[in-house]
Amino acid sequence: MSTAVEAVPTKPWKASTRERATDCAIFLVSIISSYTVVAVTPMKGKLAYFALFFIAYAILTSVFRATQRGSAAAKDALVNSLVAIGAIVTVIPAASILATVLAKGLPGISFGLFRHDMALATPTDPLSNGGLLHAITGTLTLVLIALILSVPIGILTALYLTEIKGRFTGPIRFLVQAMSGVPSIVAGLFILSAILYPITKAYSGLMGSLALTILMIPTIARTSEEVLNLIPNELREAGTALGGTQWRTVVMIVLPAAKSGLVTAIILGVARIAGETAPILLLTGGGDRVNPSAFNGPMGSLPYYIWKSFNAGSPESITRAWAGLLVLVGLVLILFTSARFLSSRKAAK
Amino acid sequence: MTTSHESEKKIMDTTVKPSSFADVAQAKPAKTPGTRALGKGLETRGVHAWFGKHHVLSNISLDFAAGTVTALIGPSGCGKSTFIRTINRMHEFIPGAAMAGEVLLDGKDVYASGTDVTKIRLQIGMVFQKPNPFPSMTIGENVLSGLKLAQLKVDNKDDLLEESLERAGLWSEVKDRLSAHGGSLSGGQQQRLCIARALAVRPQVLLMDEPCSALDPGSTLRIEETIRHLSDTMTIIIVTHNMQQAARVSDYTAFFLSDGGPGQMIEVAPTSEIFSRPQDQRTENYVTGRFG
Repeated sequence: MSTAVEAVPTKPWKASTRERATDCAIFLVSIISSYTVVAVTPMKGKLAYFALFFIAYAILTSVFRATQRGSAAAKDALVNSLVAIGAIVTVIPAASILATVLAKGLPGISFGLFRHDMALATPTDPLSNGGLLHAITGTLTLVLIALILSVPIGILTALYLTEIKGRFTGPIRFLVQAMSGVPSIVAGLFILSAILYPITKAYSGLMGSLALTILMIPTIARTSEEVLNLIPNELREAGTALGGTQWRTVVMIVLPAAKSGLVTAIILGVARIAGETAPILLLTGGGDRVNPSAFNGPMGSLPYYIWKSFNAGSPESITRAWAGLLVLVGLVLILFTSARFLSSRKAAK
Repeated sequence: MTTSHESEKKIMDTTVKPSSFADVAQAKPAKTPGTRALGKGLETRGVHAWFGKHHVLSNISLDFAAGTVTALIGPSGCGKSTFIRTINRMHEFIPGAAMAGEVLLDGKDVYASGTDVTKIRLQIGMVFQKPNPFPSMTIGENVLSGLKLAQLKVDNKDDLLEESLERAGLWSEVKDRLSAHGGSLSGGQQQRLCIARALAVRPQVLLMDEPCSALDPGSTLRIEETIRHLSDTMTIIIVTHNMQQAARVSDYTAFFLSDGGPGQMIEVAPTSEIFSRPQDQRTENYVTGRFG
């Protein structure tokens, strides 16, 4: 090894200065042409700039490639730029939502926001009064209870569909798929008419969580089923051949092998319900005070807080609503990242 | 020895020629079956197998003496794998699978009613075609996974871990990284890890379903050495498409064949005889490489 010739990596090839210059030129010409077209035609607005830029870019690159390397390369370049445009078009709305929420929400964020509830303030009060502590604790409680209820049910359903494959697999799979399309207001009305009116006769966090559970179970069950189906059958056979019962094999081998996928399933479930508003409006009663009990009394939550603040209509309350939105987005983001982090750290070890 | 019998064997008007593997088969030290106190071995009587209505295996009766290696050879689709899966009742793992007949381990039918199927699989271990270490477990955990799966207790896990890896011929390569993941090993090492995993529950019988078909020649050789060592202490049944391998590792060889219908056992004999003086023309055609 010591006698080996000193080698310098030459691959992958980097674009030469000239190639980079051409790419930049195409880019610039596309921008200029989109501006000129907007200037000379009645087309107006950001959308027109974007659309014209993309069209110009796609045409220019493929024409340029055609002159250089022929029609096959031109088609390749055209499809490449179309795919890139598709990806960018997908990212733009998400990025612009995030930017808007950040821009409008940040002015309303203050330290006091996380220390006070609205028990002694109204949405139209100055921002220094009150906060959204009750909404944060409320949302966390609602999500936590929904998680406790729906994760076992969802994963057990997925295990029935993939491991047991009993006689009811077909109907259950059909029902789960149908359930995932249930509008959230329907879940809310169902709990309202089946439990709240006839039994508890009072708003509470638990009622909201039950509705959220209905919405969350199908997401978790379907995603978990797909994840469990990806686990190779050889692992199940190996476990069984080593003298494990089906239950031991599933617990010791199949579930650990599917762990990161199952965490993803749970994250998707949380994503489905964290910002859910309709059943919350119907069932939780939307209190303005931190309520430690999910079983007693109205419970606030971020979506309810946002809805209520927007409805109040004063500049202060609308700033409050944007701040609430920002906190909701941030909360969901924190939940996602921590779940991802937890599942990947164990796997890497 | 080969030539003295050759002239006597005339079957179907053709002189039976010894296979080119006959020398390999005879170069091995001879083994006398049943001399070790390893139980009475394994016996199958009239085993049939079905997948749904498809009859894949017909009337297989074979004896596997304790402490011997038996190779099952034959073209693809002749039911060899299905046959060994009926022995440890893995056949019923597949939906719609059915079987008939008896599989006697130490004289007791593993299909008798009231038999605990997980106990059977502890006594009859299995190594699969593709190495399949458990991805969520370390090397050490993989070896001892059978104990956890079957909820067995042992006094000294470290000793068992070392012993199992030693018997599988893997100890020296992994002793410093027992807490690494099984997936970090090479394919051949993974397969020996799977063998160690099967050995850790101390089975009497080890079934191997083409254990080397996904491995390179070097790894294959290591596993064949392992099989020879293991055969001192247990009964081994190995399915293989590699006739060199059958000749090298096995004491007995059974030839399976399907003529479009269910697979049948054509012939079973000491390995040296199968490769030098097969009784059946079809066996001879197969072992001399005329088909299959």
